[in-house]
Amino acid sequence: MALIEAKNVCLGYDGKDVVTGLDFEVQKGDYLCVVGENGSGKSTLIKALLGLKKCSSGHLHFLDGLKQDQIGYLPQQTVSQKDFPASVFEVVLTGTLGKKKLFGFYTKDDKRAALDNMAILGITELKNECYRTLSGGQQQRVLLARALCATRELLLLDEPSTGLDPVATEEMYELLYHLNRNHGITIIMVSHDIRASLRYSTHMLHLRGSQLFFGKTKDYLSSEAGRIFAGGESNA
Amino acid sequence: MLDTLILVFSQGFMQRAVLGGIVISLCASLLGVSLVLKRYSMIGDGLSHVGFGAVVVATALGFAPLAVAIPVVVIAAFLLLRLGESSEIKGDAAVALVSTGSLAVGVTASSLSGGMNQDFNSYMFGTILGLSESDVVLSIAVSIPVLILFILFYNKIFAVTFDENFSKATGVKVELYNALVAVLTAIIIVLGMRLMGALLISSLVIFPSLTSMRVCRTFKGVVICSALVSVMCFLVGICLSVLYDLPTGASIVLANIVVFFIFWICGKIKNR
Repeated sequence: MALIEAKNVCLGYDGKDVVTGLDFEVQKGDYLCVVGENGSGKSTLIKALLGLKKCSSGHLHFLDGLKQDQIGYLPQQTVSQKDFPASVFEVVLTGTLGKKKLFGFYTKDDKRAALDNMAILGITELKNECYRTLSGGQQQRVLLARALCATRELLLLDEPSTGLDPVATEEMYELLYHLNRNHGITIIMVSHDIRASLRYSTHMLHLRGSQLFFGKTKDYLSSEAGRIFAGGESNA
Repeated sequence: MLDTLILVFSQGFMQRAVLGGIVISLCASLLGVSLVLKRYSMIGDGLSHVGFGAVVVATALGFAPLAVAIPVVVIAAFLLLRLGESSEIKGDAAVALVSTGSLAVGVTASSLSGGMNQDFNSYMFGTILGLSESDVVLSIAVSIPVLILFILFYNKIFAVTFDENFSKATGVKVELYNALVAVLTAIIIVLGMRLMGALLISSLVIFPSLTSMRVCRTFKGVVICSALVSVMCFLVGICLSVLYDLPTGASIVLANIVVFFIFWICGKIKNR
């Protein structure tokens, strides 16, 4: 079952193309890593997937009941969040707000969903802690729980390991793998970390102004793009 | 001392000042939480200067000050937020441009229309006599919607303040809430200017939330604490100003500074 289908999509700003010729599919249960250098069009693709940017040509389809605003998004952290006075529960609950019409009062169901997702991510005991006092890894778990509140299907992660120490990074990847395997959550992750991408993903999408590669991860290494980008990894 | 206070506060103009001041400081502190956390503290300051320019020009030309100042400041609020987003002129520089520019316009208009008089001084630093009966009615009429909107949209305002990108992605109309906060801030600043003065009004926006953030660990805590701190400091400030014949706006800011340091020390002790 395909959740997302991109057909010859071009994305750009003010008539200038940033990335062209995107042709890929995301199936339910996939773990897709999007790699490429800075300026290769990764962030633009994220915006398009979230519906914050229109395709300049081609089509981006959301299928099988997935709505564009039901993507669980994990953005990069902003500076002002680092010292934000808010409890973990307050932050996680905001994930349920997308479904609300105007005012956005929380219902019992919202609170239960927030608690369930906190349990999945092992942060139940942090419920009343202040967000700014948490470690980087814990903060990412809180934001992941929030993202899960916004979706049941698909997580879209923007460089989730930025700013994390190696141990927290490893935990983060294990957690995502667990969500993908045991909870059936489809994952799209934009990453610089080629090693981890190769290790955990089922599919790879390599961008550099256009689509250099899309396919199964095991085929990526034998492709030309994979050999250049992954470099030493393929020999290892 | 108590007798003096009772005597003074039984006057009509004082009751007006107190009533108007309470609602203005309450609203300013609520909006301030969002502005401070989004790193928009200086926008309040910039807007107050725009308000000053608009009020002086309006007075010089013989228009009703508030009727001119409110729309002008609302427009300025939109411009500043938009400039903050574009990369051509960065946010803080844009605020400085607009703020000094409006101040210059105001000073020139005041000078052309008869020099630096008592009125001019009261716009800069506020006066307890600044609030007329119609100002108070307007303050209350505006404050009630501010409070209602804040309560109704509380969760969304929090979500947008915490993370605009995520909110956008989940379909929350981020621009709408930003615009709402901008308009309400602009109106509150113009109303508060008469009492606090153009140079001091932004303290009502910034101090209470910064003070609360020293000790509070939840957003709800910060919001409630800011509201209480703001109203309390206003009352203390106005009493000091009456008892010792001090300028009203400055006394209120001084009360805020003292409370800020008390909370700061409490926060340090608590976190040790």
